Amino acid sequence: MTQKLVVIGNGMAGARTVEEILARNGDYAVTMFGDEPYGNYNRIMLSNLLAGVETEDGIFLNDLAWYRENGITLNTGTRIERIDASARTVYDAEGNGTRYDKLIIATGSHAWVPPIKGIHRPGRGYHQGVFAFRTLDDTRGMIRYARDHERAVVIGGGLLGLEAARGLQSHVSHVTLLHAMGHLMNTQLDERAGEMLKGSVENKLGIDVIVNAMTSEILGKDRVTGVKLGDGTVIECDVVVVAAGIRPNTAMAADSGLSVERGIVVDDQMRVAGHEDVYAVGECAQHRGDLYGLVAPLWDQAKVLADHITGTTGVAYEGSRVSTKLKVAGIDVASMGLREPETDEDEVIVYNEPRKGIYKQLIIRDNVLVGATLVGDNRKAAALIQAFDRGLPLPDERAELIFDIGGAVEESPADMPDDVQVCNCNGVSKGAICGVVTGGCKTVSGVMDATRAGKGCGTCKPLVQRIVEWANGGEAEEDPAASWYVPGVPMPKPELMIAIRKYRLTSVSSVFEKLVPGGTHDAKSKMGLASLLKMMWADEYVDERDARFINDRVHANIQRDGTFSVVPQMKGGVTTPGQLRKIAEVAEKYDVPMVKLTGGQRIDLLGVPKEKLPAMWADLDMPSGYAYAKSFRTVKTCVGSDFCRFGVGDSTALGIALEERYQGLEGPGKMKLAVSGCPRNCAESYVKDVGVVAIDGGKWEIYVGGAAGAHIRKGDLLTTVSSADEVITLTGRFLQYYRENANWLERTYSFVPRIGVDRIREIVVDDADGIALALDAAVQQAVQAYRDPWKERSDPATPGQFRTSLPLTVLPQVPVRG
Amino acid sequence: MNVLGPVDDIPLGEGRSYTVDGEMIAVFRLRDGSLRAVSAVCPHLGGPLADGQIDNRVVVCPLHLNAWDLTTGCSKSGQPPISVYPVREDHGRILLGE
Ligand code: SRM
Ligand SMILES: Cc1cc2nc3c(=O)[nH]c(=O)nc-3n(C[C@H](O)[C@H](O)[C@H](O)COP(=O)(O)OP(=O)(O)OC[C@H]3O[C@@H](n4cnc5c(N)ncnc54)[C@H](O)[C@@H]3O)c2cc1C
Ligand code: SF4
Ligand code: FES
Repeated sequence: MTQKLVVIGNGMAGARTVEEILARNGDYAVTMFGDEPYGNYNRIMLSNLLAGVETEDGIFLNDLAWYRENGITLNTGTRIERIDASARTVYDAEGNGTRYDKLIIATGSHAWVPPIKGIHRPGRGYHQGVFAFRTLDDTRGMIRYARDHERAVVIGGGLLGLEAARGLQSHVSHVTLLHAMGHLMNTQLDERAGEMLKGSVENKLGIDVIVNAMTSEILGKDRVTGVKLGDGTVIECDVVVVAAGIRPNTAMAADSGLSVERGIVVDDQMRVAGHEDVYAVGECAQHRGDLYGLVAPLWDQAKVLADHITGTTGVAYEGSRVSTKLKVAGIDVASMGLREPETDEDEVIVYNEPRKGIYKQLIIRDNVLVGATLVGDNRKAAALIQAFDRGLPLPDERAELIFDIGGAVEESPADMPDDVQVCNCNGVSKGAICGVVTGGCKTVSGVMDATRAGKGCGTCKPLVQRIVEWANGGEAEEDPAASWYVPGVPMPKPELMIAIRKYRLTSVSSVFEKLVPGGTHDAKSKMGLASLLKMMWADEYVDERDARFINDRVHANIQRDGTFSVVPQMKGGVTTPGQLRKIAEVAEKYDVPMVKLTGGQRIDLLGVPKEKLPAMWADLDMPSGYAYAKSFRTVKTCVGSDFCRFGVGDSTALGIALEERYQGLEGPGKMKLAVSGCPRNCAESYVKDVGVVAIDGGKWEIYVGGAAGAHIRKGDLLTTVSSADEVITLTGRFLQYYRENANWLERTYSFVPRIGVDRIREIVVDDADGIALALDAAVQQAVQAYRDPWKERSDPATPGQFRTSLPLTVLPQVPVRG
Repeated sequence: MNVLGPVDDIPLGEGRSYTVDGEMIAVFRLRDGSLRAVSAVCPHLGGPLADGQIDNRVVVCPLHLNAWDLTTGCSKSGQPPISVYPVREDHGRILLGE
C-alpha cells in the first residue's frame, strides 16, 4: 500500500530528497510543508539575485507545476509547530494535523542575529533598515529598501557577509563591512590569506573593511541612521545587513521531544535517534557530531536517505568533505578541508605574491590533499576540489597542483565514473550532463541551462565544458547566439560589419542571402540589421520597409490595443502657447483618449488609430519626437541661467541645440540626454546616456553611460570642457562611437562599463586611436541624412502603410480618461 | 473562394488585414513571393498580427514578440495555435480559399 510521506521544510534539502525519492520510483504519497510562500528556489543564488546578475525566475528549482505534476501536496506558507511521534502526526499553527508513515525534517537554518542594542523594534521585528540575508523575502526587502538609500553596513565578514556587501554595491553607493574577528573569512582562511583578501576587497571592490569590529548599537529613531562600534566609532549608514552566522532550526523538533544537541541528531541513515520512521536532512541535521552549512553535503544526505527509504539496504552516509568558493566576481577565494596544518608531518606548500593579492596554500597528508586555500587566483580550484573530494593520488611535481605548467592533474572525463558529482552547488553528476548531451543539447550554455551545472559558484564550469566536449565526441558546439549581433546571422558585430562592407550589402535581405548559410531570413534579426545598415550606409542604405518594426514603419509607438501614440518633438522640453494650442486642438479634433506629459518633458497623445496618423501629423505640423525608435530620443533640460537663480550655464539653449543637431539619430539602443544648468542637476543629467552639467567658470561636465530605467547607474565623467560647441562635438563623437561598437539593444549603461570609460575617453576625447575625425564625419553624414519621418504623411512609403490592422473583434480596451 | 484584391496591395515581406465573412484575416506576402493567410488576432492578448514582422517561416506579433509558423499555425513560443487559410496569387490577385 502507498505510504504517506510528510516533509517539513520545502528548502533545498527537503525538495532535493523528494526529487531523489521520485527518481527511485518510491511508492509514497508525498505532502510537503514549507513556511516560505514559494516553491523551492536555489538559496545560494540569492547572492547573485542581490547583485543583479540573476533574476527571480532564474533561481527557482521547482515551480508549483512541478509539485502538481508529481502528485505532491505542497502547503506553502505553512509552519509546522509540533510533531506527535507516537500518533505519527504533525500539526501546523492552526492545529491541523497531518498523519504520516514516514517523516522527513528539513527545516534548515535561520540567520543568527547577535544581541545588539537597537537592532529590534519591540513588537515589530527588525528596526527599519535592518535586514537578515537568508530568504527570498529578505533579499527582496533588502533590494527594495537599498535602492532608495545610500550607505550600507554589513555585519559579518564570512562568505555570506562578503557576498551581501558586494551585492549591495549594485544598489547603494557606499558599503562598509564589519567583522568581529581579526581577519575575513576566519573559518576558512588563515590570517595571511584573510589579510590578502581584505586588501582585494578594499582596493578592487571599494568596500571599506573594519576587522575586530564589535557592533554595540544600531542608531536611529524611526529608521537606521548608523551603527556604533565597541570603541565608540560611529559609522553613518541607512541600511544594515546582518550576516553574522546561522543557527539550525531545531526548536520545533526539540519541543516535540526529539533528540536535539546542536542539531537534530541522526544516524548514518539520516534517522533521528530513537525514532524508526523520522529522518532529518540538511542544515538542521547533526551527523557524527557535524553540522553543515553548505549544499554539497545535503546532496549526499538526500541520496542516502532516498536509497534507504525506498528499500536499498546497507547504505550509509559517512559525512562530507566540504569546499567553498566565494561568489564575488573579481575576487577569487576557494577553500577546502584544513585551514592550517595539524601535525608536523603535514606537508605544506605555499605560494604568495602580495603585489597581486595571490596566496595559495596546500596541505598534504600521505600524498592526499587534506586542505587547500586559494586567494586571488582560482584557476586550479576545480582540479583541487576534485583531488580533495575523491582523495586522488597527487603528482610528484607539487607545483603542478598550484600552477598550470603543462603536466595536467586534470582527469579526463572518460575516466570519471558516471555518478561523480561535477557541480557541487547544484548537485549535478557527470551522468546527468552526458544525458542532456545525448538528448541533443550540444552547447555548453545549453547544458548549463538544462542541468544548472556551473550556475552556482562557477568553479566547475571548465569541467562541465570538458565533459560536454567529451560527450559530444571531442568538441562542444559553439553556443550560437551568444556572441552574434542578431540571432539569425552567425557573426559578431565587428565581423558582420567587415562582411557587409566587403560585399557592399546595403539591404537587410541581401545580408541574409549573402551571409546566412542557405540564405534563410530571420524575422527577429531584421530590426537590428536595419539599424546597423542605416548607420553604416546612411543615404546609400536600401530601406526595405518590412525590415522595420511596426513602430518604425508608421513612426509611432504601438499600444496594447493596437492603436498608436503620437509624441511631437518639443526640443529641450521647451514649448510655446501656440504649440500647446495646436496640440490641444488636434487632441480635441481626433478625440484623443489620453493626453499625457511624458517623463521625457513632452506631450504624448495616446490611443490614435493607425489610419488617422497622417492627418494628425499634418494638423500638428510639428516634427516627430521619435518616441518609438531605437534612436536619439530627448534632451531634457532645466531652466538654467536664463531664469534660475543658481544657473551657471544656459542649459536650455544647449539642450535645444543638441536635440536640433542629433534628432532622429538611430542606433543600437535608445539615446536619452539631459543638460542641467548647475550641479543641483534638476534635469537628472547623471543618469542619462549622455548628461551634461554646467559648473562654475563657464565649464560643462559630460557624463556618459548613466541610466535610471530598468537599471540605475550614475554616468561616468567623460571630460570637462569650456564651451557649448565642444559639448556638441564630443556628444556626437561619443554617440557615433557607441553606434558603431555597441551590440544590438545594448544601452550605454552596459556599453560604457564594458569598454571602460578610460578607454572611451582615450578614443573620444584624446583621439589616441586617430579616429576622431572619422567619427565626426560619420555623425555629420547621419545628421545630414535626417528627414522628419512624419513628412511621409503626404507620400506613403508603401501601399496601405497606414491601413488599419485592427481586427473587428474587440481588443483589450484602454480606458478613456476625461 | 474570395478575391481579396491586388497582390501589390501588400508590400513584399509585409502583411495586411482583410475582413472576410465577418472574420479578420491577415495575409502576408513573403519575400519569396508566396502568400500566407492566418487569423489576424493574436491569441495571446489580441495583438494585430498583420503589423508583425515575418520571414519565410514565421510571423512575430508586434506586442509581445511571440512567434507562429505561417504554414502550420503552430506557436514557436508555447502559445495556442493560430488558424491558417489556403491562399494563392492568380493573375495578380489574392485568392483566399480552396
Ligand atoms: C511615454 C513614457 C512614459 C510617460 O508616460 O512618461 C514612456 C513610455 C514607454 N516606455 Fe519608457 N517612457 C517614457 C520615459 C522613460 C524614461 C524617462 C526619460 O526618458 O527621461 C525612462 C528611463 C530612462 C531610460 O531610458 O533608461 C524610460 C525607460 C524605459 C525602458 C527601460 C530602458 C532600460 O533599458 O532601462 C523601456 C523598455 C525598453 O526600452 O526596452 C521603456 C519602454 C517604454 C515603452 C516604449 C514601452 C513600449 O514598448 O510600448 C512605452 C511607450 C508608450 C508610448 O507609446 O508612448 N521605457 N522611459 C515616457 C516617454 C518619454 C518621452 O517623451 O520620450
Ligand atoms: C545568500 C546565501 C548564499 C549561499 N551560498 C552558498 C554557496 O555558494 N554554496 C553553498 O554550498 N551553500 C550556500 N548557502 C547555504 C545553502 O543555501 C544552505 O546550505 C541550504 O539552503 C540548506 O538547505 P536546507 O534545506 O537545509 O535549508 P533551507 O534551504 O533553509 O530550507 C529549509 C526550509 O524549511 C522551512 N522551514 C523551517 N522550519 C519550518 C517549519 N517548522 N515548518 C515548515 N517549514 C519550515 C524554511 O522556511 C526553509 O524554506 C548560501 C546561503 C545563503 C542564504
Ligand atoms: S513604466 Fe512600463 S507601463 Fe509605464 S510607460 Fe514605461 S513601459 Fe509602459
Ligand atoms: S498579443 Fe501577440 S504576443 Fe502578446
